[in-house]
Amino acid sequence: TKLSTVSSPLSGRGLTETAYNDITHYNNFYEFGTDKGDPSRNAWRLKTRPWTVSVEGLVKTKKTFDIDSLMKLRPLEDRIYRFRCVEAWSMVIPWVGYSLSEFIQQCDPLPSAKYVQFLSLADPKQMPGLGESSIQWPYSEGLRMDEAMHPLTLFTFGLYGETLPNQDGAPVRIVVPWKYGFKSAKSIVKVRFLDKQPRTTWNDLAPDEYGFYSNVNPNVDHPRWSQKTERVIGASLFHQRQSTLMFNGYEDQVAGLYKGMDLRRNY
Amino acid sequence: MSNRTLKVLKILSHLACAAPLVWLLWLAIENHLGPDPTHTVTFFTGKGTLRLLVLSLAVTPVRRLSPRLSWLIRFRRMLGLWAFAYGCLHLLTYIALYAGFSVDAMLDDLSRRRFIFAGMASWALMVPLALTSTAWSIRKLGGKAWNRLHRLAYLSAIAGVVHYWWGVKQGVHSPFAITLTLAVLLIVRPLWGFFHAMGKAQSPSDAMKRTL
Repeated sequence: TKLSTVSSPLSGRGLTETAYNDITHYNNFYEFGTDKGDPSRNAWRLKTRPWTVSVEGLVKTKKTFDIDSLMKLRPLEDRIYRFRCVEAWSMVIPWVGYSLSEFIQQCDPLPSAKYVQFLSLADPKQMPGLGESSIQWPYSEGLRMDEAMHPLTLFTFGLYGETLPNQDGAPVRIVVPWKYGFKSAKSIVKVRFLDKQPRTTWNDLAPDEYGFYSNVNPNVDHPRWSQKTERVIGASLFHQRQSTLMFNGYEDQVAGLYKGMDLRRNY
Repeated sequence: MSNRTLKVLKILSHLACAAPLVWLLWLAIENHLGPDPTHTVTFFTGKGTLRLLVLSLAVTPVRRLSPRLSWLIRFRRMLGLWAFAYGCLHLLTYIALYAGFSVDAMLDDLSRRRFIFAGMASWALMVPLALTSTAWSIRKLGGKAWNRLHRLAYLSAIAGVVHYWWGVKQGVHSPFAITLTLAVLLIVRPLWGFFHAMGKAQSPSDAMKRTL
């Protein structure tokens, strides 16, 4: 469905957008299968209406938001962001949404809340991939409060001016453009405010490979993939490589969040 | 099986091994390698290598099922060499599209990434086998020594499967099928030897019949 959107100063300029077909057919969404093509084949089973997002943990009162009211909470903005997967490939995606901070304000978190946890849907009836891999569902991701409140962190409902295709995390997902893609939880049903760092799915699976922060960083090597360069999705065979930028190109905006931290240790 | 039929079968097998590469080349020229062409070529050549290698290892056990299948041995070298060809392309993909022909990058990968090391080991183990694949080499080395050397094919396949598992992320089970196939082949060999020996000890006449 077409969405009415407004422009945003936080949207990237001069970036070549990845083709819609690639954004919607090359996905990591293990709830629908581990192959990159599985989500586009299987995600039609996902029912995105009715859909609610419940808010719990360190908040004044527990709340449940209906997806349609969330989409009307603030004007939807076009935000063109770089997207970098930890597997060393990248896209440029024109997302639609508003800053997560706007939503968090509606949640009334207590001052003691230091972290936000996002839990994705895990329904075997709709998600045939749940049994395929040895992951503890539901998918869980989290951010430090200041990261979640950063204006770049996007509460996302669409791409290319339309509602999110199911395989891209419909009906609502997070996008944190300076972090590896797996930090950006999809198909969110629960948001929890905590005083401790939450458990996160990939960190549970392989803590030496996937840190809690997982900021895009060409200088911190991944044990599996070099992170110095990336393969641009949609480019031709011999023109796919490009250098990876610190914080995925958002260094000016977000480096301050990590001042004084050893990024090698807090990878 | 007549020599003529064998010849036709051999040509068909060569075509079957070459066809996927022609297909891949066509996809590359037509720009149909998908959103991530490097990844497509990597997995295409890598899976091809492992499948052919495992297929070549299956020749001996399958042949033993019946004396009527003894002609299969004439296909083993061919399958092994095709596995090596796919392996070379897989390695070349890595050298060109991942390491960008940089020796430093490759040494760095080898020392730090165990899945690259296992892959390199798998390829390196195939090199002496490809080099000694001629009839001349068999004569020169003697059948026994040649046979012993060519057991490296098992090691190469094991290293290849390990490379595959270490290369994919946790939670991904795509290497399972090829691992199971290789495991069966690895178990069948000593098992067959064991039962063969038992059979011989218990009733020499039966064993005779079986070998005849």
